[in-house]
This record gives sequence, C-alpha cells and structure tokens, in this order.
Amino acid sequence: MSTQQILLAGLDPNTGDQTWHLADYVKRGGYAALKKILSENIPPENVINEVKKSALRGRGGAGFPAGLKWGFIPKAYQGPRYICCNTDEGEPGTFKDRDLMRFNPHQVIEGMIIAGYAVGSERGYNYIHGEVWSLYKRFEEALDEARAAGLLGQKILGSNFNFELFAHHGYGAYVCGEETGLLESIEGKKGQPRYKPPFPANYGLYGRPTVINNTETFAAVPWIIINGGEKYLELGKPNNGGTKLFSVSGHVVKPGVYEVPMGTPFPVLLEMCGGMRNGKLKAVIPGGSSAPVLPADIMMDCTLDYDSIAKAGSMLGSGAVIVMDESVCMVKALERLSYFYFEESCGQCTPCREGTGWLYRVVHRIEHGLGKPEDLDLLNSVTDNIMGRTICALGDAAALPVRSFTKHFKSEFEYHIENKKCLVPPEVQREGSRIYVTPNRVPSC
Amino acid sequence: MLDIEIDGKTLQVPEGSTVMDAAHQAGTYIPHFCYHKKLSIAANCRMCLVQVEKAPKPMPACATPVTNGMKVFTHSELAINAQKGVMEFLLINHPLDCPICDQGGECQLQDLSAGYGGGASRYQEEKRVVVNKNLGPLVSTDMTRCIHCTRCVRFTQEIAGLMELGQAYRGEHAEIMPFVEQTVASELSGNIIDLCPVGALTSKPFRFSARSWEMARRKSVSPHDGLGSNLIVQTKHDRVLRVLPLENEAVNECWLSDKDRFSYEALNSAERLTQPMLKQDGKWINASWQQALDYVAHAFKDIAKDHGAAALGALTAPQATLEELFLTQKLLRGLGSGNVDSRLRQSDFALDGKLGGAPWLGMKIAEINALDRALVVGSFLRKDQPLLAQRLRQAAKRGCQVSLIHSADDDTLVKIFAKSIVAPSQLPGLLAQVVKSAAEQKGATVDAELAKVSVTPEAQKIAASLVSGTNAAILLGNFAQQHAQAATLHALAQQLAKITGAKFGYLGEAANSVGAYVAKAVPQAGGLNAAQILASPLKGYLLLQAEPELDCANPQQTLAALQKAATVVVMSPFKLASTLEYADVLLPVAPFTETSGTFINTEGRVQSFNAVVKPLGDTRPGWKVLRVLGNLLGLPGFEQNSSEEVRAEALAGQPEFVADRLNNQANGVVLNLSLSAAGLERVSDVPIYFADALVRRAPSLQKSLDAKQPRARMNAATLAKLGVAAGKQVKVKQGSGVAQMTAELDAGLPDNCVRVAAGHVLTAGLGAMQGTLTVEPM
Ligand SMILES: Cc1cc2nc3c(=O)[nH]c(=O)nc-3n(C[C@H](O)[C@H](O)[C@H](O)COP(=O)(O)O)c2cc1C
Ligand code: SF4
Ligand code: SF4
Ligand code: FES
Repeated sequence: MSTQQILLAGLDPNTGDQTWHLADYVKRGGYAALKKILSENIPPENVINEVKKSALRGRGGAGFPAGLKWGFIPKAYQGPRYICCNTDEGEPGTFKDRDLMRFNPHQVIEGMIIAGYAVGSERGYNYIHGEVWSLYKRFEEALDEARAAGLLGQKILGSNFNFELFAHHGYGAYVCGEETGLLESIEGKKGQPRYKPPFPANYGLYGRPTVINNTETFAAVPWIIINGGEKYLELGKPNNGGTKLFSVSGHVVKPGVYEVPMGTPFPVLLEMCGGMRNGKLKAVIPGGSSAPVLPADIMMDCTLDYDSIAKAGSMLGSGAVIVMDESVCMVKALERLSYFYFEESCGQCTPCREGTGWLYRVVHRIEHGLGKPEDLDLLNSVTDNIMGRTICALGDAAALPVRSFTKHFKSEFEYHIENKKCLVPPEVQREGSRIYVTPNRVPSC
Repeated sequence: MLDIEIDGKTLQVPEGSTVMDAAHQAGTYIPHFCYHKKLSIAANCRMCLVQVEKAPKPMPACATPVTNGMKVFTHSELAINAQKGVMEFLLINHPLDCPICDQGGECQLQDLSAGYGGGASRYQEEKRVVVNKNLGPLVSTDMTRCIHCTRCVRFTQEIAGLMELGQAYRGEHAEIMPFVEQTVASELSGNIIDLCPVGALTSKPFRFSARSWEMARRKSVSPHDGLGSNLIVQTKHDRVLRVLPLENEAVNECWLSDKDRFSYEALNSAERLTQPMLKQDGKWINASWQQALDYVAHAFKDIAKDHGAAALGALTAPQATLEELFLTQKLLRGLGSGNVDSRLRQSDFALDGKLGGAPWLGMKIAEINALDRALVVGSFLRKDQPLLAQRLRQAAKRGCQVSLIHSADDDTLVKIFAKSIVAPSQLPGLLAQVVKSAAEQKGATVDAELAKVSVTPEAQKIAASLVSGTNAAILLGNFAQQHAQAATLHALAQQLAKITGAKFGYLGEAANSVGAYVAKAVPQAGGLNAAQILASPLKGYLLLQAEPELDCANPQQTLAALQKAATVVVMSPFKLASTLEYADVLLPVAPFTETSGTFINTEGRVQSFNAVVKPLGDTRPGWKVLRVLGNLLGLPGFEQNSSEEVRAEALAGQPEFVADRLNNQANGVVLNLSLSAAGLERVSDVPIYFADALVRRAPSLQKSLDAKQPRARMNAATLAKLGVAAGKQVKVKQGSGVAQMTAELDAGLPDNCVRVAAGHVLTAGLGAMQGTLTVEPM
C-alpha cells in the first residue's frame, strides 16, 4: 500500500504554523498546476476530464464525484458563475479542514482557482466557520499573499484568466455547512437550506451556476493536474480515488488528523493513532456524528473508503472517526448527539424541526431513568417519519445515530429502561463533555 | 405539454407545472399548508408528500416539477404514511386548544387532522410555548399555534413588498416575529390572517365574536377605491361581523386591502344616523320619513320658485351607488337644475365638455401585471391604490420598468426605475419634459408650447424607458386628478401615450368614480361643477353620502357655502358634528351593506350587490328615498320598483362592462404650463384611513399608523428656512383658516413644500388641497 500524502505531505503540526506561507507552498511545488494550465493553455474541458478520471469524490460527506459536479455547470450560461468552498466544518468529530487550512491554505486557494478556470468562473468565496477565528485570519493573509503575487485578480500570471477569491466567515451554525444553507448565508440571509432541485450547478449563489465543494476536495485538485487523474485514482481504490484526511478522536493514544490512501484498513489507521488508550474498542462512528455507529467487530473488518463503509451499514462521511472504548455508555453518547441535532436544526421543515426535539427528549428521558418499554419502538418510528422527508440531509443526520445506536446497542438501552441506570458502571465511565443547554430553553424530560 | 398520471387518471399539463398544479388540474386534493398559489414555493411543511413512481422517497407535490410520463400516487400507503407522519409532527407541539381558538371551524390544521391525525398523541413530553407578538391593531397573534409554514413571511415580502415579518431563531425555537418597525404597518396586512392556516394570526377586531358556521356569508363589493374588491361579508343577527375576500382573479385576486377588510366596523359606529331629523328653531328633532321628505320637497320647490331651479345643487360622493347617483341627478335635472357633481376633490374642470367619455384605467386591471413599462403621474400609490400598487409591484418584479413623477417621495415598495419629485406647480412642466424627450426620441413633433421646455436627465430617462417598451402605460393617480392643472396633466399624458404607443389611464379614486360619469352625476352643458357649486353659494344643497367638509377639495370654501345656504339636505348613514351646524334635514340612508346597488370600477366593470343586513333603525336605502322624493316633487320617471330597474335605466340594459361609456381622449385642451407659485406650496395627500366616511369611523383602522394625526411635513431645507424644528408645534395658515399641528421632517418632499393631509378634521379649516400656505412656529 502506498504511503503517498498529497494534502499534508511534509507538514508537521509542530512547525506547520510557520510553513504555510506562499513561499513555502511554492517550495513544496505549489501553484505549479495553475502555472501549467495557464502556460500550456489547457482547455477547461480537459481539466474537468482529468478530475473525472481521478474519481475524486466530494470530501464534505456525500462523496459525490467532483468532476461530474463541475461538468453540470451549464456551458452556454451567460453571466457570472461562482466557486464556493465549504470550510464550515461543523460536524462533531470533524476537524480535518482545520489542519488543511492551518498548514496548507494555498493548496485550497490553488484548487479553487483551477476550479474557476475549469467552469469559467471569475469569482469564488470560501465560507469558513467562525468558531476558530485564527483560520479565517490566516486564510485572509494567504489571499493577500496570492493577490500580491498575481495569482488572484485580473490576468492571472499574465494570462487572460481573471479570478477573485474572498473569505467569508460563518457564525457557528452547523446547518450553514449544508451547501444551500451556506449559499443563503453568503447572500446575507438566514442560513436555511433550499429545496433541491434546482441544484447549485444551475441555481446557486445569487441564483447563478455555482460549484460548491469541500475544502479537502479543492485541495486535491492541484496534485491531480500535475500527476494526472489516473495516478490519483491509483493511490486509492477503484471508484474511490486518492488519499483522504481522517480526523480521529476519542479513546486513542494520538488523536489527530491523518492522511492515508483510500481503502486503508481501519486497523492500520488505529495503529497510526497509537492504538487504544486503555480499554477495549467498543464502537466507532466512522464518518462524523451523523454516520451510523458501528460495533468494534464490524469496524475492524472495514477498509476506509466510501464503498466498504457503506457496505458495513455506515458512511465514510467527512472522515471523522470517533473511537469509543468500553467506558462509554451508549445511551449517554446518543443523548449528547441527539441534543446536537435538536439544537442545530434550522427549523424550516416540519419533520426535522419537530422530530429532533422529540428524539432528544425521549433519549434524555431514558438516560435519566424515565424510559418506558415502548420508547425504543417510538424512537424508531419517529426516525422513520423524519428520514427522507426533509428539505436537507440534517433530518437524516439526526435520525441515523438514533437508529444505529438503538440497533447495535439495543440491550444497553433496554437495560437502562428497565433498571433506570447504566449498564456501564459509573465508576468505569469517564467524565465526558456535558450538554450545554441554552438558558430559558431547557428541554424538559 | 407533459403527460402525467395521478392516481390512475391521465392528463396533460404545461411545461414547468408542479405535481401540485397538476393535481389541481385533475381535481385531486393534496393536503398542504405552506403551499399557496400566489406565493413562492417554500416546501417546508411537508404535508403534501406523495409517492412518485421510481422515486425512493416521498416527494413534496408543491415543489416537484412534473416530468413527462410521471406517475404520482397521492393515496398510496407510502404517501398516506408520509402525510400522517407529518401531521403527527405538526400536532406534537400544537396546543390543540381549538375550543378557545378563533380559527376553530375554519382551520386547515383542524380539518386535515381529522383526516390524517391520530386519536391520541404519542408525544408525552412538554409542549412548546411561544410568546405572542404585537402586530398592531388589526392582527392578533397566538404564536404557540404557529406551524411555521412562513406564508405570512412570504406574503409581507413578496406581495406587500416589505419583509415586515421573519422567522427568527433556529429549530424548535424558531419564531415568527415582526422586525422592521416592530409591528406590521402594511396596508395589506389583513391578508396574513387569511393566509395563516392555523389560529396563530387572527383578526383583532373580529376575534371571539362568532364562530364561522354561525355567520351567513353574503357577496358584496368594496365601496372604497376604484378597484371594487369583491367581498364576502359575514353577518349574524343582522350585524356585519367580518369581511373576507371573494376571490376574483380579474379584480382583487384573493386579496383585500385593510380598508376593504376592516371598514365594516364603522357600520356599527355610534355616529350612525338611524332616524330622519329636522332642525327647528336651531334645535334638532326626530321626524318621521313622511315629515322629513315633505319638508325637503317643500323647501326645494320654494327655492326653485323664488330663486330659480339653478339655485339648487347636489354634491354626491363618488362612493355612492350608481342607483343613488342616477336618481339624484335625475331629481335635480327634473327640477330644472344641472348642478350636480361627484368629483368632490377635483379642482380643475377644464376637461369638461372635451372628454370623450368617463375617464378610466384605460385597460383591464389584470393587464397591469403584463406591462413592461409604466409611468405613474401624481399618486400616493400604495395608500391610494393598495391592490393596484400590488399588481404593479408584481409587474416590476418580472421586469416592468416603473417610473414615477410626483410631489412626494413615499416608499411605494415597488421597484422604481426612474423618478422625479417636484413641487406641485412644477408637475405639468416635468411631464412636458417627458413628452418632449419622448417626441425627440421618436422623431415626433410637439406643440410650440412644449418646444420651449428644456429636458432634465431624469425626464429623459423616463421617456427613454417608455419609448423602449412594447407594452407601456401612463397612469394618472389621485394627486394628478386633484391637481390644479389636472387638464394639462391629462393632455400631456395623452400626448405621451400617443407618441410612445402606451396605454393611458386613470387610477380611479373611488368605488364609483366611473359610475358617477355613467350615471351623469357630473355636470353636462350648462350645469355647475363641484367647485362652482360651492363658489357661487346656492340656496339649496342636496348632499348624498358625502361629508363635504372632509371630502371636498376646498373645505373652507365648502363650509362657507353650506353655512350660507337656506336649505341643506344631508343623505348619509352618519351624523358628523360639523354637519349638524349647517344642515337642515338629516336623512338616514343605507351604507353599502344595507342596500342593493352597483359600483362601476376603474376598468368599467359593473358590479352589483345586494343588501347583506337589514337597514339599521329607520335607515332606508338611498335609491328608495330618492324615488319617493321624486314622487313628492311630482317629477316624472320616478316609478322604479327595484334598484335593478334603476340600474337598467341608468345603463340602458345589463352590461358587464360599460366599455362604450369609457374614453380618456380629450380634444382641444389648452396647455397651462405656467409656473406661478410664490411662497410655500401645499402638498396634500388624503391619508388612506381618512379617505371616506366609512374608514374615518372604523376604530381599528383609526388605531393604525396610517391614521395618525396630520403633521406639517417639510424637508430639512424648508424646515431650516422657516426656522421650524421637527417635533415642534406650528401654525399652518391657509386662506382664512389656521390649523395647529406638529412639524415633521419628510426628506422626500421638494423644497418650499409643506405636506398637509386633507380629509381630516384637523385640517378641515384650511383652504384648497393645492395652493399656498404659511407656517409659523408657535
Ligand atoms: C447539515 C449538513 C451539514 C454539512 N456540513 C458540511 C460541512 O461542514 N462541510 C462540508 O464540506 N460539507 C458539509 N455538508 C455537505 C454539503 O452539503 C455538500 O454536500 C458539500 O459541501 C459538497 O462538497 P463535496 O462534494 O466536495 O463534498 C453538510 C451537509 C449537511 C446536510
Ligand atoms: S432538515 Fe432540518 S436543517 Fe434541513 S432544512 Fe429541514 S429543518 Fe432545516
Ligand atoms: S403565523 Fe401562521 S402563516 Fe405565519 S408561519 Fe405561523 S402558521 Fe404560517
Ligand atoms: S405544501 Fe408542499 S411542503 Fe408544504
């Protein structure tokens, strides 16, 4: 298996805060892809084709092929088109774009410029979540460097190609990471997802054709241009090209962001993280908090790519691997997750607005010893009524943890309901993060 | 066309249809809350989920475009399960307080929950409670009942033109609230009551007075502006309790303005006159109809005998019915006097005798939506014509370039392409510039008078816009019709329309502005017009449904004339305090809800209606009173037995439209472009809730922002020049009258202009609506 890294290659968390500048990036071979395209006058279709060949799939969660998405931008459209980068990264467990933006912002910029070239766009926005302010500031500085070097603006590198890029920061609403919620937010409106169709490729930012991709997706593009789509595909598995960033958190010795080729077996990643801290692996959420949880035995048989994890009944999602050992009470963990979705629903559509609160309150009740035997069926039925019936995928994201936790760890929930206490003895449990409840909006049991 | 199959029924629908559209066409009902045919698609309630062949998930019918060959199942197990699931979610946090909810019995949630809801709730947790919001005097809130369909939000933004409501907060904490001025001030706000599918937004004046099933529903027609909105009037025990829109796509669509909706409150006003009254030795005594009408007949006969019939005159409100107007003029002319006029706020009558017919919109109301260019001349558009303005707003959204020339710069909430705001005296000159510029651009010739004017860039821009259109209209508003050079404005607009190929029309001021012409309740050759009737004081006056001190162009002159007259006969549903001073006889005649009658709206549509309740007290329908009076006077032609007979006589048949009576073409008007205005010019609007006798007495409308006391409004330069501070009391003097009011900054006014509203008792002592005045600090 290859150990090639293309996103964080040679970047060390200890020194990375000094080596993000334009000069460092250029030294690492940066902006060569852009120069190649502009100096060789590579036709935009060829750029899109190369990305198609690479089987680069969207790194934001849904895994949609990036080249295909770029190809949807209507060629004949008269008027502006936009490139948007999704650095909202609000999904619990996900912190990969943070490292990318912190240590390698220019690679994101270069990827976005190339995307602009490929689809005939002259303007891009990077929507950066507002919680880690330093990322936003750094990106602004990187943009200034790029502008000063003639990599952004009019007639880039002496060519006829113009591209302006701006940073835009959010204010910490998870739903603004949903692509159309993000577009609304950039437009200055309340971040509420739009009903699709129409998709952003036809009706995006300000109603114009728009490409929106995740930060990591854009960052992979320069390498593909230099080395070719096929090379990228070969790094990973068929249909699952390239490398992927995994943000590993939980009970491992070395939590952090790891770049490994697609298709890497999960045990290999666990090894890289130094294995379990102490205690035995109990469960893993492989793709961020909205991905269904998998019990240890199933997870240990998976390879880290979209198809394998999907076969196992979960999702690779954003690549946020949450590792849980035997000290975790699954009821409490689910209560924590359900509260997140309850609090983050935008409230626009009925099943999610009403259903997320219902789910949370029932799980909360079970956790606090007030569960009833029929509650598990009720939870399942409520998730049935949410899934597939909402405007955006947040509804599904809220339902999937409930279904998977109660499915794989049913006995733990039953024990809780019957005995009004945890199956995992309290002395074994670690102090977890506590639920923050907004004053005056105390969800009741 | 696309083929679609809905529940086994095949049909063809136009490209771009949604499944919901197709279902409507097929006559299939799909449950829904957020969908509304006039609003954008929100797809948020999810009640309309249906099964679509090959789609793995249920799809929202309101937002799913039809594709060719699509098969839809609205009642399959998948669809019904999805709909029931959504209904359960909608109900978990709903208070289910139907017994104390005003919407009970006419609630979409209540109705649909009967079909899709469960008998008991599986939700055992605590329910959400939402704090109520203050949306002003017309709309009451119970926000806990809100189901977040955002119809109200979309209405304020898309139809009313200003997003006064929004959904704040997230998720289950989301709340609908006002945020622009912290309340809702739109003149169309009542529509959100109809739109709200639950009891979250209800009518403040109506609430708790009756259940919907206890009331009778009767059709009627709004007696206010020239649109003639179609109404459903709901009554119980011979009392009007509520007014709702009767949908008519060609007129009011499914909307009502707030005055259409809430003016009914005046019908039960304490100022209602319920018995004939006579003034004897300066004292008012109740009289029988017989006594009162005998008195009137004698008085009119005596005046005619002693001073000639020309000493009699009638002023008729343009909100009176066609039948009343027709019989009034017939009565006067029968007596030998041609002095009758309904154009009470008009001041320039130079068009009389030159106009081809009744001035009208110049097109069908619905054609406004399809315009690609429009020039509005002299109009407080939103407040004078709330629903016509709404149509222009929709046209503008679709790309129509709407331009405005006027003497005030109130926000129209219509996207304005170009505008020019000048003092009233400059308005004809400004329009002349547009005409000249359009002529230059089109290579047309203009009169010598026009050749002299020099064109400003704004006028040129407006002209260029009109010239570049393929479906343009030039529309004269109330302000232009009331202007001291109204005939000149008319002639210029007519020329401009000819040069640019535009339509040319009037935005009709009142419910029967057209009807008054058709009924001949305007002077014919030899008769005096409204201004003359008041200027050369007559001996006897008949006032029909009018309150001249508030309804006429020059209240000062009006009061002087009426006070001097020997006999003033008032036919009105109300007794106004100042009327009691000059009147001699008060005859209680029915308001529109207590009589049958006809209004002819600004597009010439004849709309008849019946009484919806019995007349209050001894009140009688106006047409009957006039008919009997005709008999008492021994006049021929007063044998009608029904209002229908009167109408048939007035219209020579039963036309739906009076197309042949309408004509805006005037010939031989002498242009009067002279700009003589020394001193401060008065700019008068007639605020929406002072415009007629009904709205003035509707308590809830009187509590709204639009009903605040008139101010003396000036721009900063004028305030400074006069040494007046905004917020301070000033004395406004015009002619012999003085009014004390607060000075207010209005940055949209031209220099040297003072905006003082008409139609209000505070300003009823002042002179003409257009003229000069002085302002002194107190
Ligand atoms: C509730 C919700 C939150 C999301 N948050 C993010 C996010 O923070 N970052 C992201 O890249 N994609 C997020 N997505 C996915 C985006 O909608 C979208 O699929 C993605 O930005 C597309 O980029 P990609 O194709 O490169 O993955 C979210 C989706 C949902 C439904
Ligand atoms: S699913 Fe939830 S977050 Fe998404 S649009 Fe609906 S209410 Fe908003
Ligand atoms: S107040 Fe009524 S109309 Fe407005 S969102 Fe709530 S339910 Fe819908
Ligand atoms: S009516 Fe279709 S989602 Fe509300």
